[in-house]
This record gives sequence, C-alpha cells and structure tokens, in this order.
Amino acid sequence: MDELAAVIGHDIPAGSYVNLGIGQPTKIGDHLPAGADGRPAVILHTENGMLGMGPAATGDEIDPDLTNAGKVPVTELPGAAYFHHADSFAMMRGGHLDVCVLGAYQVSARGDLANWHTGKPDDIPAVGGAMDLAIGAKDVYVMMALFTRKGEAKLVPECTYPLTGVGCVSRVYTDYAVFGIEPDGVRVLATYGISLAGLRQRVNVKLLG
Amino acid sequence: MSRAQVLETADQAVAGIEDGSTILVGGFGLAGMPFDLIDALIRQGAKDLVIVSNNAGNADVGLAALLAAGQVRKVICSFPRQSDSWVFDRLYREGKIELDVVPQGNLAERMRAAGAGIGAFFCPTAVGTPLAAGKETREIDGRTYVLEYPIKGDYAFIAAYRADTIGNLVYRKTARNFGPVMATAATTTIAQVSEVVPVGSLDPEAVVTPSIYVDRIVVTEARQYTVQGAR
Repeated sequence: MDELAAVIGHDIPAGSYVNLGIGQPTKIGDHLPAGADGRPAVILHTENGMLGMGPAATGDEIDPDLTNAGKVPVTELPGAAYFHHADSFAMMRGGHLDVCVLGAYQVSARGDLANWHTGKPDDIPAVGGAMDLAIGAKDVYVMMALFTRKGEAKLVPECTYPLTGVGCVSRVYTDYAVFGIEPDGVRVLATYGISLAGLRQRVNVKLLG
Repeated sequence: MSRAQVLETADQAVAGIEDGSTILVGGFGLAGMPFDLIDALIRQGAKDLVIVSNNAGNADVGLAALLAAGQVRKVICSFPRQSDSWVFDRLYREGKIELDVVPQGNLAERMRAAGAGIGAFFCPTAVGTPLAAGKETREIDGRTYVLEYPIKGDYAFIAAYRADTIGNLVYRKTARNFGPVMATAATTTIAQVSEVVPVGSLDPEAVVTPSIYVDRIVVTEARQYTVQGAR
C-alpha cells in the first residue's frame, strides 16, 4: 500500500486542496508533490478544522490540541489556518476541496461508494465525515485492495454494502490496477502484475481498455 | 441574557442541570473535550441525558466516564466506533444506550442552524444512503438534497483556551472543532478555559466565540492525557 500511496500522491496536481481521510490514505501525505521551495505543493485539509496540516508529530512536537481526523497528533505548516467544524464541512459540501482520498469496502461501476458500514447486525455504524467528503470534493479517489481476503472483487456492478454516496467516485486505486469511472464505463488506466484479460476474468464489471 | 458568570468551580458551573437534558459536548476525540465539566456532571448526577458529540467517548475518561456512570440515555454522534470506545461499545451491545448516527457535517450544520434560527435546510450529504431513508428530498437545479432539521441543546459544554471576564472565547489549534458551533446552539453554554483575562485584553479581531453565546465560565487546570496513536 506504500507503493500505491506514492502512485496516488504523484497523480494529485500541485496546487490542490486535498483531504486524505483516515487510515491508509493518510500515507499519501508522505508522497505529495513538492514545490520549488521544497515545501508541499498541495495543502492538506483535515475535517477537524485545519488547512495546512503537516506530517505526524513525534516526541516533543506532540500536542494534544493538534490532531488529524484519525486523532493522531500532527504538526502545522506555515500558512496553516484553523476553523470550526461547520466551516470545515462547508469547505467540503461547498465544493471547495479539489481531491479527497477514501478507503472503501466496495465501489460500483457507476462510482457508488460503500465505506462506512458493513451492514452486519452486530456492527456498530460509524460514518464520520465520509458522506460529506464523498459528495463534496471535486474528485473522490478510492484507495483499496482490489480483492477481499476471499478473493472477491471489491469493484462491483452494484454495491451490496450500505452506500456512502451515489455516483461520487472518479478514480479507484488498487494493488492490481487503477480504474477511471467514466461516463461510458470503467476504464483501466494502469495495471500492476496482471493483464487486462486477467483483470476481466476476476472483476465482474465491463472494463474498457 | 446577562453577561457570563465566571465561577469558581466546575461543580458550580454544572449546577442545576436537570435529568433528561440534551447536552452538546465539544471535542473531537479527546482534543477539545471539556473533561472537568463532564467530571462535575458525573458528581452532580443528572441522568437520562441525551449527549450530542462527535464521538461516543474514548478510553475511560471524559464522555466515556459519563457513559460508564449510566447517566446517558442516548448518544447523537457521527463516529462512535473507535479503537478505544470500549465503554460505548459495551453499553450499545447490551442495549443500554440508544445511538443516532449523523454524518459529521450534518451534525455541525444542524447545530449551526439551531444557533442561527434556521428552521431546516436542504443538504446534499447522504442522498441515496440509509441515513437519508424516510427523509424528505427535493431536487434543486438538477441536484437532489435531503431536508435536515436543527439540533438544539439545553446545555453546551465546551473547552476553550482563554476567556475574558464577559465571556469572549478563543480556542487552541484543532481543539476548537465543535466549540464555536455548539456555543450558539444551546440555551445555556458553559465553557471551561485555561485562563480568564481582563475584558479588553483579547484582540477583538481574534475573538472566535463572542460573549453573547457564553453563560458560564470556569478556569480548569490543563489536563495531561495520552493521545491515541502518539509515537
């Protein structure tokens, strides 16, 4: 997943305002484009009220009042700004964020996203900011393993897990391939150690080459 | 409402809270969590409470301790399930607490609406998902929106960094989170702060929560706690 984080980081345009959600996608923060001055060329948004978020804090840098969306201590970069929660989510819902990267249980061929709830009766549902990000960012990228442990593809004709958002995903980055969700279907943009024919065998979605 | 009262103790700050109250509790995880007000509420003993907060308690402190004390009937939050939410998880699985999961942006905006006198608003979040099931929708300029109603509190508990003696507040870093929104959305807003300074010594350009929203203030000691994921 570190390699995948580097691929996604490389694809995020310089100058973007970006939200990396929680969990795996936060690794992308280590692979963002740098500007001529060596500073990150994108500005990170964290849902708990900050633009200009820096890397994880270590040692004496740790401040309980400065964390990311995963509640991990982080740092602030020059040019950072703090704001309250309604403003933070207005940035999402108002369409001001350029890119967000989220994990997923499933993505459908039409770009529906399922990432907040397994739907199992004994599972405690927790949505956080996922639904706001899914409908708010201009581009929603998903970062996930393409297959479950049982080998079932997570890129599916229709999501069977409860939805987070409808038709919101624009690109799906996986360990086997990168997919673009396009008006005429799902396009394979890159493959890693698997052929297009091999992908078509294992993924039950029409794949455009 | 008259100007904010500066009280000596957190126990005075939470005096009179009735059973069955709805309390908006600031904080995102432990950042901005009004620990001392919650601890005082545990001593005060009000029960059958409805708590509105982003999470449903972390570890055994703050909101988790209030839940463990059996004083909470229902939690309205966006993200209850965390690696250290064992108190909530147990109560929920035992059927001892109700849960209303609300997308985080809706949680903030519904309180903002309550504080701003907005009767309801149409929002694009959750369209087509189970969290919008049964709710009124409307198409506006080709996009579908869900009707969301305000969330109002009887009380708000917030942790700010500094107050002046009439109740203007400033916050610190991401501990600001829900504080400014909750302060507007409750009948009585109670703030715990690290310091109270004389009126006139906060830069008016930098005030985040104006005094009109704040009713009670208490100074509390900064608390040490372990941050999840710290290394």
